[in-house]
Amino acid sequence: MIDAASLLLSVAGLIFFLAGTVGILRFPDTHSRLHALTKADNLGLGLIALAVALQAESWAAIAKIVLIWALVLLAAGTSAQLVARVALQQGGAPGSGRDDAGPDAVGSTPSGQRDPAG
Amino acid sequence: MIDTGFDVILAAMILGVAAGAVLTRGMFAAVVMFIVYGLLVALAWLRLGAVDVGLAEAAIGAGLTGVLLLGALGRVNRQLGEDGTPPDAPHRPAAIRPVALLAALATAAALAWGFLMLPPPDGLHAPVAQNLAATQLGNPVTAVLLNFRAWDTLLETIILLAALVGVWSLAPDAAWGGRPGLAQRTRSGGVLSSFGRLLPPVGLLVGVWLVWAGADRPGGAFQGATVLAAVWLLASMAGLSDAPRVASLWLRAALIAGPAVFLALALAGLSVAGFLIVPPGAAKLVTVTVEALLTLSLTVMLGLLVLGPPERAA
Repeated sequence: MIDAASLLLSVAGLIFFLAGTVGILRFPDTHSRLHALTKADNLGLGLIALAVALQAESWAAIAKIVLIWALVLLAAGTSAQLVARVALQQGGAPGSGRDDAGPDAVGSTPSGQRDPAG
Repeated sequence: MIDTGFDVILAAMILGVAAGAVLTRGMFAAVVMFIVYGLLVALAWLRLGAVDVGLAEAAIGAGLTGVLLLGALGRVNRQLGEDGTPPDAPHRPAAIRPVALLAALATAAALAWGFLMLPPPDGLHAPVAQNLAATQLGNPVTAVLLNFRAWDTLLETIILLAALVGVWSLAPDAAWGGRPGLAQRTRSGGVLSSFGRLLPPVGLLVGVWLVWAGADRPGGAFQGATVLAAVWLLASMAGLSDAPRVASLWLRAALIAGPAVFLALALAGLSVAGFLIVPPGAAKLVTVTVEALLTLSLTVMLGLLVLGPPERAA
């Protein structure tokens, strides 16, 4: 019964990961790709964390899984904000379909702008 | 069945991203492939039951090396001209690529030959297990790294120190002794500075725990120091603490504390039995002292390696 629930939750999580990956490959500009990535991955990882937590042997293990999920949420949200701001500064307005700040633009910002003033 | 399938897919993915890292055109894509490669290899070590190696690979192989490569890429891009060529590109003979390929293949062949010529391994499990009690440690990997083969660890930290001196030597004369990297400007209360305040407590806890736990289970000075260096770098990127001047005395003291005490204890061993020999009764004390100071020095070394040469005058 618990195994079946775990299986169901991990499959649901994988579907979110798959959707996020398709979004990253197919969406036209940086902001919509970020949207696909952060929303789908956070929820996908949450479902998989839940699936793993059902299999855990102790409350301490569950606490660690929850902590990992929370840290990933925090890191993903922060880095998405920073990438989005750099993309905005470099001229790709959200939904514009322009791709000025694609992945190859990272690391190529001029020296004065290394930090996106976050 | 499922385990074998997982392993086969993992091995195929490792080979795939390795080929991708070498063959891809863009340097950024190659670096990202290399980081993914490191994470997959860390997973492979976990599958082989080598948790210590997996931790080190994830922290240093994928994390730290990845950040170093990204930093190097940023510097290369800053120096490239509009058309993507360096302003004063040295003339490179066309033959350099085939020659480099041949050299790499020859090195690989020599390594493979050396490996195949080794006598069949009977493993060092038994001797390590027999002598583990004398080291007063529970983790055989730490016993090897800091007792049986402490020589290697001592040299590794000195090599890292030499690498840092090499990085510093790239500093322009005007900036010598000054602060490494660029000044970070962040909005107070912004995303990055909030993140920089939120994460360090967790990171400090994990880093110190990795070092402490290393005596009896997977973990150790290198892995812990990588986490602690990451915490330091995050605080620095969030504008919470500026990088120290490389000429500052406390910084240099922190850099050499680990290797210096390690070396001093190794020399002290001469009066007992020989260089690097630890009297069995004092093993735990010596190991913990060396490991704690090594963690401090390695944290500072790794952080400064990422921050790069001094760029701002003292």
